[in-house]
Amino acid sequence: FVFCLQVLGRFNRARAARLTLPHFTCQTPLFMPVGTQGTIKGLTTDQLETIGCQIILGNTYHLELRPGSQLIDDLGGLHKFMNWKRALLTDSGGFQMVSLLHLADITEEGVTFQSPVDGKPMLLTPEESINIQNNIGADIIMALDDVVKTTITGPRIEEAMYRTLRWIDRCIAAHKKPDVQNLFGIVQGGLDPVLRDICVRGLVERNLPGYAIGGLAGGEDKDSFWRVVAQCTAGLPEDKPRYVMGVGYPLDIVVCSALGADMYDCVYPTRTARFGSALVPEGVLKLKQNAMATDERPIDPSCPCMVCKNYTRAYLHCLVTKDPMGSQLLSYHNLSFMARLSRDLHMSILEGRFPEFVRGFLRVQFPKGDVPKWVHNAMEVAGIDISECCTPTNCQHDAMEAAGVDISEFCPPTRCP
Amino acid sequence: MELISCLQPNLWASLADEVPAWVNEKRNKTSVERTLRWLDACIALDAASGRNSLGVVVGGSSIEQRKLCATEVSKRNVSGFWIGGFGLGESVEERCSLLNAVTDCLPLEKPRIVSRLGLPEEVLEGVASGIDLFDSTYIYQLTMGGFALIFPIDMVEREMQNGVFDSSAGDSAKINLRATTYRKDMSRIVDGCTCFTCQNHTRAYLNHLINVHEMLAQILLEIHNTHHYLRFFRSIREAIKAGEFDIFWKQFVENRRSQIAAAAM
Repeated sequence: FVFCLQVLGRFNRARAARLTLPHFTCQTPLFMPVGTQGTIKGLTTDQLETIGCQIILGNTYHLELRPGSQLIDDLGGLHKFMNWKRALLTDSGGFQMVSLLHLADITEEGVTFQSPVDGKPMLLTPEESINIQNNIGADIIMALDDVVKTTITGPRIEEAMYRTLRWIDRCIAAHKKPDVQNLFGIVQGGLDPVLRDICVRGLVERNLPGYAIGGLAGGEDKDSFWRVVAQCTAGLPEDKPRYVMGVGYPLDIVVCSALGADMYDCVYPTRTARFGSALVPEGVLKLKQNAMATDERPIDPSCPCMVCKNYTRAYLHCLVTKDPMGSQLLSYHNLSFMARLSRDLHMSILEGRFPEFVRGFLRVQFPKGDVPKWVHNAMEVAGIDISECCTPTNCQHDAMEAAGVDISEFCPPTRCP
Repeated sequence: MELISCLQPNLWASLADEVPAWVNEKRNKTSVERTLRWLDACIALDAASGRNSLGVVVGGSSIEQRKLCATEVSKRNVSGFWIGGFGLGESVEERCSLLNAVTDCLPLEKPRIVSRLGLPEEVLEGVASGIDLFDSTYIYQLTMGGFALIFPIDMVEREMQNGVFDSSAGDSAKINLRATTYRKDMSRIVDGCTCFTCQNHTRAYLNHLINVHEMLAQILLEIHNTHHYLRFFRSIREAIKAGEFDIFWKQFVENRRSQIAAAAM
């Protein structure tokens, strides 16, 4: 039985851990790039290893459509099919169907949809989702959940949460390879703490290998987002991985890690690459801008990746507007960025310098000190002091001055102008 | 020439009036005269006076004009020759005699390039006529069409392959990996090929990538096709060095003929 999570270091709720999977031993926190159709746009498995990717996501819906999960199984599983030696994770297929397909609907039986091939009505049940994922053979498989957008309100959310709990039992029963594939349950419940709590406890009772926090990253306000993550991580077991699905932006990953999450996935780094945007410590660099045409610097002078070592912004500017190689090179850099972020999170927690890392990260992203309020609030719960990264308006000087009290001797020069 | 001086290439071809083989005599003659005038103009504007230049030889399908042009270009201060006007639809027989007419008039010690001749048979004909460098979009077209080169490279491989081939999806020179016959084919594009693609991936995976329109398909195919094609050129060089080019060429053509004959049966 090759699966376990071993926490190697902590800072308050944040953990640096070793996650042992059948195909690879990973370091968390980690980011998982999305390789929808058994490939990550234009990158070879060789390059992905060099970049430092540890786990890749495959989309069950797409892979079942083409080439078909039975074919993948016949040929020895997805690892062998795409020649990826490290870890794989497959989603359940449910979310993709609801978001991609016309007239997809959810009933107690499963997700009903129109076949994209011939328009016939079809049904994805929890059993079928697990069966497909068993065929594909990923190290981690996801339970079919009833996922609702967080922007929806009303009884639908409660219905979805309870159904998710009923479906997890069907998934567990249908799972044919529990010794080599690890089934994660997904916590639903919208933004309602009561529902989330019921769901967490229900899933924990089933003693699953790992837990995902689902139904977020869909347009809800950031303050609600972090609160749900914080509540779930507080209620989920310490010795199991916590996976926040659909996250995302580097800032979100740093905050969620501070709150005790371990794993993330998102199309953002690769998708934004295809629109000509590169991830840099300051935020985003848009290569399509005219100013890039004559800029001879690399994307990020501090980045050690192959793209930053070999290509200038000027050259990339030419490519991104005209040639698929532009998106390939930007994807390479962006995934390197995310892999380095993962490594920095793991190492800084392990080496007892996580708060310094967080402060450094925020300082570079928000040089004017305009850190969003929701990050403040989340960091307070995470027990990380970020006041020195923040604008002078947050310090007491202005208020004191207005009251006629001179407190300048107490203020370090960096805090007040 | 301003463009050339900005780009700073190692070699550059002079601006030329290339015409296809079927233009009339008058047009053809004009193209030769114009091409020579432009060559002189380019050299005059070149800071290095033609040291890195390739003089373009035109002349259409007229042996006389070809010889004239080749002789005239040879007199200029060029470091090599770009033989233009081929690969535009002329017949194979025509091309051979025209190419020979040109190369007969060119100095032996300067390189000759021909453009748009990319098929292995065309390359062999060009080599036989004394061509040193070839450029074409052959590999690109193959890759974009989902084709992978599989023709046997050296003489040993050809003997082994003789008469044994399933031509249901392509011919003995190339296979179309889009075809359903490859859906579960776990073999390499070419057994024993040392390229990245053949060392790491299977026909089945490439079939999938092509059919789902993933960029990685073209990347992997281009790697293999380029590798395979360059190996072909290496075999040609080795055959020439061993004094066996004629046998190499003959065997290649015969091998192709017997494959096509076997497929037709």
